[in-house]
Amino acid sequence: MRRHLAVNPIACTGHGLCADMLPELIHLDEWGYPIMIDRDVPAELSPLARRAVRLCPTLALRLEATTAERKAVPR
Amino acid sequence: MASHGGLAAAATTPRPVEQPGPATRLTTGWQESGQPASLRAHVDRYGPLPHPRAGRARAGRPGPGTQGALIDAVTQAGLTGRGGAGFPTGVKMRAVASRRGPAVVVANGMESEPASEKDKALLSRAPHLVLDGAALAAAAVGADVVHVCVPRTRDWLIAIMRNAVAERERANLDQVRMQVHDLPHHYVSSEESAVVHWLNGGLAKPTAVPPRPFEKGVAQRPTLLDNVETLAHVGLIARFGPGWFRQAGLADAPGTMLSTIAGAVSSPGVYEVEVGTPIGDMLAVSGAHPDVSAVLIGGYFGTWHDFRDVARLPMAAAPLRGIGASPGAGVLFALPPDACGLAETTRVLGWLAGQGAGQCGPCVFGLPAIADDFAQLASGRPKGPVLDRLERRLATIPGRGACRHPDGAVRLARSALSAFAADVRTHASHRLCQSARGGQPRAAVLPIPRPWAEDVWQ
Repeated sequence: MRRHLAVNPIACTGHGLCADMLPELIHLDEWGYPIMIDRDVPAELSPLARRAVRLCPTLALRLEATTAERKAVPR
Repeated sequence: MASHGGLAAAATTPRPVEQPGPATRLTTGWQESGQPASLRAHVDRYGPLPHPRAGRARAGRPGPGTQGALIDAVTQAGLTGRGGAGFPTGVKMRAVASRRGPAVVVANGMESEPASEKDKALLSRAPHLVLDGAALAAAAVGADVVHVCVPRTRDWLIAIMRNAVAERERANLDQVRMQVHDLPHHYVSSEESAVVHWLNGGLAKPTAVPPRPFEKGVAQRPTLLDNVETLAHVGLIARFGPGWFRQAGLADAPGTMLSTIAGAVSSPGVYEVEVGTPIGDMLAVSGAHPDVSAVLIGGYFGTWHDFRDVARLPMAAAPLRGIGASPGAGVLFALPPDACGLAETTRVLGWLAGQGAGQCGPCVFGLPAIADDFAQLASGRPKGPVLDRLERRLATIPGRGACRHPDGAVRLARSALSAFAADVRTHASHRLCQSARGGQPRAAVLPIPRPWAEDVWQ
């Protein structure tokens, strides 16, 4: 199953651990909040991504299943 | 449902109800009374409410005589949401109807856009049109309750809606329970997840989505949340049909819309126009100043444009998409020729920065930062490379909040940099544009609401 990274922006308080662990996928803005360079997690980064999710102090970082269904719902 | 017949018989002059004309549908009779239409006046005007059917629509089995019929009619009519997002209403109704369990309908009359007055005008003149649409939509999606949401700052409007609901209860008109709620009036409190969150006992702040309201909304039930104008159109489509609805507007954007036109115009106010009316014609009807140079389309989440670029463009989603604009909630604001667009945008950005829910970093820190950049630019005394800094910030802020608040503010800021490009160059080089210089500091023109109980979200 393909997975992608997602941040709950309400929970995130800008600790920045995710960008330390996954600099390939996540940068920080000037205030220390994550910017996703690429949401899709390549297989080789999958273990690191899982670790980043586990270590996020506010549980704001998630790995979600990438499904086509999500894109077709009313926004 | 004997009350339908009772009402018609009680009308003083029973007469066949004529179909409202192409561009006076929602606004029929507004000029004459200036008062909220009573239930009797409303039924005189539009005819009785078509019977909502009992039972629920079944996916794949809609048709005449079932309540899928209304969803089909709304879909064929091509009605889109009039609250700003413009999502197809029939698709949304079907999504709610196809979920399991009893549903909920929310009529969103929160209208937090300072430049818009259309929902306020609609609810205060034709409350029953909105309630008709809500009742019919409730029957169509299998809801047993309608929550009517209005801002707490408008107590007179709350009274009008409570009175209208009481009138319907006395007439035993609806099968569905209707409740009027007064919500805190912040800019983000009209956003759908904020409304749902408040109705569930939380704060009137947006929540992280998914789940979206149609999946799991009020009381964890599938929830149809529509702008009040959208529901008013539903009430008319149920009466007169999708073919009638399509007699106004464009083939791919049918119907009429309410538009608030203000600024450098002699008759500011709420107008009902066919969707797709050229922007220049709309401004002409409202008596625009001949030298209007720029126009704000859509509201404070909208975009500034050189008037000459948009005068011939139809006020509809698809034609405006090409220039990065959207009709939003139907706002048009003509910038007076002697006003400075950068100064005006600065005031709005400062206000928007304070109107966030204070939940997401990119919004909490980003919006004050771009408001400050704009203030430096507007004053003609920028510190450092303000345009480079703005460019970087405008590129990184959008798309990272729980709601679209930061995205809207960034869109407005971007459009100002482009529509007022010449002024931007002047201001960035430590000078002031002609309007900002002109002797007396010019009075602000865009409306900024008075601060309202900033910390009250309950």
